[in-house]
Amino acid sequence: MGIISSGFHGKRRTGNPALPPGQYETGSFPVLTAGPAPYVSPADWEFFITTETGQHRTWSWDDLMALPQADIRSDIHCVTSWSKLGTSWRGVSLDTLFEDVETTSEFTTAHSYGGYTTNVPLQDLLDGQAWVAWEFDGEPLERAHGGPARLLIPHLYFWKSAKWINGLELMPHDVPGFWESNGYHIYGDPWREERYS
Amino acid sequence: MSTLWRVADVVSGVPETESSRTIGLRVDGLNGNLAGQHIDIRLTADDGYTAVRSYSVATAGMDEILEITVDELANGEVSPYLVRDLMVGDQLEIRGPVGGWFVWRPTDPNPVQLIAGGSGIVPLMSMIRAHEASENPSPFRLLYSLKSPESGFYREELLTLGQESPKLAVDYFYTRKVPEGWPTTPKRLTAETLLASILPTDAAPDIFICGQTVFVETVTEWLVEAGYPAASIKTERFGGTGGIR
Repeated sequence: MGIISSGFHGKRRTGNPALPPGQYETGSFPVLTAGPAPYVSPADWEFFITTETGQHRTWSWDDLMALPQADIRSDIHCVTSWSKLGTSWRGVSLDTLFEDVETTSEFTTAHSYGGYTTNVPLQDLLDGQAWVAWEFDGEPLERAHGGPARLLIPHLYFWKSAKWINGLELMPHDVPGFWESNGYHIYGDPWREERYS
Repeated sequence: MSTLWRVADVVSGVPETESSRTIGLRVDGLNGNLAGQHIDIRLTADDGYTAVRSYSVATAGMDEILEITVDELANGEVSPYLVRDLMVGDQLEIRGPVGGWFVWRPTDPNPVQLIAGGSGIVPLMSMIRAHEASENPSPFRLLYSLKSPESGFYREELLTLGQESPKLAVDYFYTRKVPEGWPTTPKRLTAETLLASILPTDAAPDIFICGQTVFVETVTEWLVEAGYPAASIKTERFGGTGGIR
């Protein structure tokens, strides 16, 4: 047990088993971005997957909409300690997008409009764990939250769920992305409190 | 950078405004902090319950002591304790300082425009202090948007620096109540007012913005529309929801 702060009682908001250690529940949806939010219209939006052999696949907005859509209900956990429970999203599973992609790489770098990057192991994107999400709570995703589309990887801290997603680059090695190069953990499991490097 | 929790001694506690307090923390072996970094603070109740929050550091470069300024949030869990109950001589736990992005280094060559909304001044004050303590001659300019004169942090220091420092210009903007003799009435900050009070685009400043989410989003959009390159703008947001569409 740590240093006791006499007279501190707190609000006991962490009794919920859905909350990872060190997280508190919020009803709002804070916005955390390192810089200005890029403007990307669906008409200009594109999603790519590039492999180590140079295979390059792209999807337009209309392509994305034509794919099978998934409704996702999940908790999300931000490294800054807030968690939002039971959020609702709609998007396309990465399993769908990776169907015809052949690769032996185990890692990816997610690239966003505006230049943001984050690294995610490929196995964390597959098997129903990740989506390109474009709807939140029944509404088109707001620009401040990554609209028109963002990655959604709920089992990792939310900085991995790159906003304004543009594409995924398959990588032979795990290469730190933006926040991972600025002090955050290379992987980011909320249940193990992998916040900082 | 450290992920370990360390014990900090509370060495000072000075009211900053009616609802805020500047707290000095001494940590053995702390090797200073970069201007703009934050720390996590962990409080533990006597039954083991803990709560963790992040606070920006207001000072920069003091070896084993750093200061934070905490604004009490209505219905807050941690801030009322830090502002009202914590006493000099108490101990608490900290992690950090952390952060390598929203920081200013004395070797940074560019002019700097700081834009603060309310308690968003804290990490920017850290940059101002680091800049004043350095040999770095690049111009700094601060735009500080406030509800009222009484809600301003570091009032005496900023007043003095604004008048005497050759490297810093300070512009206040009041949204609810102005000081006596102020040339204008209180009003909402607009793009025009903002742009008239900051370093121009051709000065190519690095821009740091900190405040409530809506403030930061709004100001950032104005700057991008006015032609400031997105890559020159760094932001830090707190509180509130993403209500901007």
